[in-house]
Amino acid sequence: MKPAPFEYHAPTTLDDALSLLTEHGYDAKVLAGGQSLVPMMNFRIAQPAVLIDINNIPDLAYINAEEGGVRVGAMTRHHQSEISPIMAQHAPLIYSTMPKIAYPQVRTRGTFGGSLSHADPAAELPTLTTTLDAKFRLVSQRGERWVPASEFFLGLYTTALEPDEILAEGFVPELPPRSGWSLQEVNRRKHDFALAGVAATVTLDENDVCQNARLVFLSVGDRPMYAERASTLLQGQALTSEAIRAAAELASSEEIDPGDDIHATADFRRHLANVLCKRALEQARQRAQGQK
Amino acid sequence: MEATNQKIELTVTVNGTRYEREIEPRMLLSDFLRHEIGLTGTHVGCEHGVCGACSVLMDDQPVRSCLMFAVQTQGHEITTVEGLGTMDALSPVQQAFHEAHGLQCGFCTPGILTTVTAFLETNPDPSEEEAREAISGNLCRCTGYQHIVDAVLLAAKKKQAAG
Ligand SMILES: Cc1cc2nc3c(=O)[nH]c(=O)nc-3n(C[C@H](O)[C@H](O)[C@H](O)COP(=O)(O)OP(=O)(O)OC[C@H]3O[C@@H](n4cnc5c(N)ncnc54)[C@H](O)[C@@H]3O)c2cc1C
Ligand code: FES
Ligand code: FES
Repeated sequence: MKPAPFEYHAPTTLDDALSLLTEHGYDAKVLAGGQSLVPMMNFRIAQPAVLIDINNIPDLAYINAEEGGVRVGAMTRHHQSEISPIMAQHAPLIYSTMPKIAYPQVRTRGTFGGSLSHADPAAELPTLTTTLDAKFRLVSQRGERWVPASEFFLGLYTTALEPDEILAEGFVPELPPRSGWSLQEVNRRKHDFALAGVAATVTLDENDVCQNARLVFLSVGDRPMYAERASTLLQGQALTSEAIRAAAELASSEEIDPGDDIHATADFRRHLANVLCKRALEQARQRAQGQK
Repeated sequence: MEATNQKIELTVTVNGTRYEREIEPRMLLSDFLRHEIGLTGTHVGCEHGVCGACSVLMDDQPVRSCLMFAVQTQGHEITTVEGLGTMDALSPVQQAFHEAHGLQCGFCTPGILTTVTAFLETNPDPSEEEAREAISGNLCRCTGYQHIVDAVLLAAKKKQAAG
């Protein structure tokens, strides 16, 4: 349980980090909070030849309110998101989920950018950012580009990041007025990775008819699973229990792809997805109706 | 891929004492504390972040020492269980664990004491639910947790009484 030897760099500017990354390419790994990478190195599942520690680069950790949303720096620790009043006000879905992610000691170190770049399909932030239609700024020596969450998560631990790129920040749009949100998940032990989960957002018009809905599942596929058909089905409908049941049925039977493992069978995960989806939509609807 | 022999000069303050060592970058903070400077109070259980036995404070915040490389503590301050109190003068948290029987074999205890010490600084008057949340990242195979929760709440009282 000891990591293989590696060459260690601790650049103090983003430019230096990017130039190291360009130089070492596939041999290098970025070290952010280390809460996913170091366990993998301890197990020697990961054996990067070069480690580029970005913890000493100032100005990569911030949560700023902006026109239409909130901008989150890659090195923002989970703990900072957990206690941020700006996050609470502008991205309550993320704010309220933070305490569910791992344990206090892990949240001290784990980062926003690290969780997204790691792209564990059981992690919350990839699903939440997909639900909220966030986008990420990827930078390299070649330049920068913004990639929407829906095009960022490509598969199991696989993202749109090229080997010379760093995820520098994310922009999370604020939900419109009369919107509600919810994250529902089931874990074997509180704070563990979820067996199955779902995030929902809904926006209602003045007659409580659903204008927009978004359902994204976690831990039941190789990436955040956006249930597009179920989400679309809800548009233009009042969110009655029948409508909610139909959407949950469609999403959980046709739009997810759960796997079997020692913790749960695929069938059980599908069952959980169905039940959790109904709960999430109910709660999101109630929250939306609670707003004027 | 060629193995590297890189060594790094590390200067770090642990429990108020400055240490300088030349180490390989791959050395985990937990191993540095135990093997390089002989502070074996920090225990190592799982080495992948799950059990919490290795929890220490970095700049007063709880971290897993098995998930950090020692070189990352350059210029920082680390507090281990040895830094909380002495045999003659236990810290309020240590004293509370003693009085409330918050431990049996003691393997999980150093990680819990450091974590709870930091927790009570930010949350001096926790509810039972908050106390349970605070220790959610620390596995104990002996106590069944009830006495640990009692000890956390007692520690809060002791600290308040002490002002
Ligand atoms: C015991 C335990 C329980 C956990 N439970 C949960 C949980 O319930 N839910 C959950 O979501 N997570 C959980 N986690 C994971 C935790 O949230 C991690 O912190 C997070 O997934 C990774 O973030 P990090 O900053 O630690 O990244 P690191 O471990 O440093 O990096 C992860 C990967 O991303 C790459 N990377 C990191 N930052 C960047 C960047 N800015 N640009 C490009 N690449 C980058 C690294 O090269 C590496 O490949 C848990 C972790 C532990 C140890
Ligand atoms: S040894 Fe570090 S968490 Fe188990
Ligand atoms: S007292 Fe034995 S593991 Fe906690």
